[in-house]
Amino acid sequence: MNDMTPDGYTTEDGRKIGAVVMEMRNITLRFGGVVAIQDISFDIREGEIRAIIGPNGAGKSSMLNVISGFYHPQEGEVWYKGAKRPTMKPYEVAQQGIARTFQNIALFEGMTVLDNVMTGRIRQMNAGLLSQAIWKGKAEREEVENREVVEKIIDFLEIQHIRKTPVGRLPYGLKKRVELARALAAEPSILLLDEPMAGMNVEEKEDMSRFILDVNDEFGTTIALIEHDMGVVMDLSDRVVVMDYGKKIGDGSPDEVRQNQAVIDAYLGVAHD
Amino acid sequence: MAQPSQATDGMDSVPALLQRNATRFGDKPAYREKEYGIWQCWTWAEAEKEIEALALGLINLGVNEGDFIAIIGRNRPHFYWSMVAAQSVGAIPVPLYQDAAADEMAYVMDHCGARFAIVQDQEQVDKLIEVQEGLHQLEHMIYVDPRGLRKYDHHKLHRFIDIQEQGRAAHYEWIEDLKARREKLTYDSVCVMLYTSGTTGKPKGVVLSNRNIIEASKSSSEFDKLTRDEEVLAYLPMAWVGDFIFSIGQAYWCGFCVNCPESPETMQTDLREIGPTYYFAPPRVFETQLTNVMIRMEDAGRLKKWLFDRFMAHARRVGPAILDGKPVSGMDRLKYTLGNLFIYGPLKDTLGLGRVRVGYTAGEAIGPEIFDFYRSLGINLKQLYGQTEASVFITLQPDGEVRSDTVGVPAPGVEIRISDTGEVFYRGPGTFEYYYKNDESTKKTKDSEGWVATGDAGFFEDGSGHLRIIDRAKDVGKMADGQMFAPKYVENKLKFYPNILEAVVFGHQREQCSAFINIDLTAVGNWAERNNIGYASYQELAGNPRVLDMIQSHVEEVNRSLADDPMLSHCQVHRFLVLHKELDADDGEMTRTRKVRRGVISEKFEDLLGALYDGSSEIYTTTEVTYEDGRKGAISATLQIRDAAVVPVETAKVAAE
Repeated sequence: MNDMTPDGYTTEDGRKIGAVVMEMRNITLRFGGVVAIQDISFDIREGEIRAIIGPNGAGKSSMLNVISGFYHPQEGEVWYKGAKRPTMKPYEVAQQGIARTFQNIALFEGMTVLDNVMTGRIRQMNAGLLSQAIWKGKAEREEVENREVVEKIIDFLEIQHIRKTPVGRLPYGLKKRVELARALAAEPSILLLDEPMAGMNVEEKEDMSRFILDVNDEFGTTIALIEHDMGVVMDLSDRVVVMDYGKKIGDGSPDEVRQNQAVIDAYLGVAHD
Repeated sequence: MAQPSQATDGMDSVPALLQRNATRFGDKPAYREKEYGIWQCWTWAEAEKEIEALALGLINLGVNEGDFIAIIGRNRPHFYWSMVAAQSVGAIPVPLYQDAAADEMAYVMDHCGARFAIVQDQEQVDKLIEVQEGLHQLEHMIYVDPRGLRKYDHHKLHRFIDIQEQGRAAHYEWIEDLKARREKLTYDSVCVMLYTSGTTGKPKGVVLSNRNIIEASKSSSEFDKLTRDEEVLAYLPMAWVGDFIFSIGQAYWCGFCVNCPESPETMQTDLREIGPTYYFAPPRVFETQLTNVMIRMEDAGRLKKWLFDRFMAHARRVGPAILDGKPVSGMDRLKYTLGNLFIYGPLKDTLGLGRVRVGYTAGEAIGPEIFDFYRSLGINLKQLYGQTEASVFITLQPDGEVRSDTVGVPAPGVEIRISDTGEVFYRGPGTFEYYYKNDESTKKTKDSEGWVATGDAGFFEDGSGHLRIIDRAKDVGKMADGQMFAPKYVENKLKFYPNILEAVVFGHQREQCSAFINIDLTAVGNWAERNNIGYASYQELAGNPRVLDMIQSHVEEVNRSLADDPMLSHCQVHRFLVLHKELDADDGEMTRTRKVRRGVISEKFEDLLGALYDGSSEIYTTTEVTYEDGRKGAISATLQIRDAAVVPVETAKVAAE
């Protein structure tokens, strides 16, 4: 990635990546005496697929939770769209256009797929209580508009056949896809995926990879993802941050990271002195 | 030659029918497709505009008269428009099976020499790009779904809507050309070319003229009194002649609406929402639906199950008679009406068949139990016998004369004769023109007087005048002792058990018959669940001793029923095995329309076939399998070979000697 400029760069497959949209500056996060994240800095550029990898307990999920505003780091700054982000509640972060999926699926099990995905449109629905109750005027109009957006996402992720099925009855792989659908329904500018392929078989992983690439391609969504499966990460992402014991040990293109000695040691294991 | 036929009122091509429909009932729905959860609708006038825009775009792109245009996709209005647009500009549409692997597609693409292809999505584009090296004629591809294709080189790749847009922009440049090309179409011009799936050898391109398609559509529509108020659901492969006749031929002739499902998985829901009045399905679809109903009834409460069993028994007794208008006592009628209110009606509604006025099944023999089940519910399900070369219709069952063991009387205008060897020959207005680039096969199949050999053996039944089909003529063989061997007959008997998905019977030139059997994963899987039998894979379930016991009991029942048939009692299955994999079109073991390829199977499983006849009780084997994306793998298993009890048939043997 020698051609990196402040305005962006061009990937191997010819995609144009834009300027930095989010930047983590010297983030340190502690839980009591435990240091989960220690002085980590990295950036996410517009339109790229950015992966965060690392062995178990490296602090990846904590990092994602910092981005999504669930944890507040003791030190360091989060810069978003050129401005320093004040301490925010998760819903405020969501309002800024950052959506996420969860490692352990967090859907409403008793509700249908359609209703679950509709909840992703909550930011776009602001009709008053009365209007909602009698379902006339603004509420009805909003429902129609948002349903259309949601239907396009359902079509895109090929889940039409389970539109009216309660989520609780779905197999795991499909639930993951529904979660992705809900996150997409928010039309985020940054999409955070916490282990989108965990627990999937090879075929499901291939499908999910395809969807992630298509989302990035079709909607131009910036994607930050955490993943265990190295093969998947290397194939999908444009740049990779590697963490180990709360520290950043590598950052760069998949090829650069693959050859980084510190990364090889972290994954294959070396004797600690 | 080029004179418009009197009988069709100048309507001598599909584009001409489109013009008529758009003028006469332009505001009536022509196409519906469920998209984004809503049924989107196009009237005949709108469809005509869409097709015109596409046709203009095709001319603009450089399509010449006589060019072939390959069409690859699932049933969507866009592809039906593509066919008619191709015809409008004087080109010949060639629909292909969209699930075909890349190399299968390469053969057909190369054989027809298509310069253009209109395809569904990235998957099909990728397949064609993969085989493009060998296809020198292929110039442009047009795709409908842009997803994932943004970064592809678009010099020769176009979006469907862009081509339509270009067509609209170039309206004044090309409209006169389009009209001129449309005017040139006659009853004799080629309407469509369809590839037969071919149980043996390479697929053949069947060329059908406007005469073939329009005459066949016209007479069959009159036969069943189809009107423009029919609703059909288009879900069968577009490359298959049946879909072409139902969704284009008859739809354009009558002017009824073609409904396209949202996706293959939602077909059942969409069927219910549309409630077709005219419905066509191969026996397998009816079998699957019945299996699903039965599985769900097994899980129903005791009262519901009791009611269901009781009323179904009554329906089986009087239902078909009521449907055929035969006399039935008042009490039975009352009971049937009650049943209709509580059981049959809701069941038909669940199946999506509540409004079916005319239903057809064809392609394979249907099990009498399955056939009777639907008829007893009051669904007018009938059989027809046909093939691509006949533009579908050879025989049809008239209302009121429906039986499961015959295929009906000759279709209007079709003549049938039975040769000395028992093979069925036909000729009629639907009889195909020729096989493309294959004079040899054309001569072999169609003689100078226009008689076409069906390759099926059959006879006319005394009294009723209905045709009965025994078997594929070339499958009928002789056993070692010289007696007739009819594998299909035995296989169909076996397949009538829901647990048996597929069976291949061997016996030609041999002392005794034996069989390969495929279990039905849905039915056997459900049975296993209810009987607490654990299994991790198809292979494991297929090898389970209790499953083998069950299959053995089915085989023995078939043997007992065969023993009663003096002509075929020697075809009893002596030994069988249950295959460790499902026979699949991707592995070449079946055609895309799911007919078994005996030659391929006996070659591929030569070791297993050997074991059936050398007396061994088990055999270890490794088989190559092809995955959906074309990659290859191998599976291995040890298969049990079972001996099935047979009923001794000494008398028959003596008679034969």
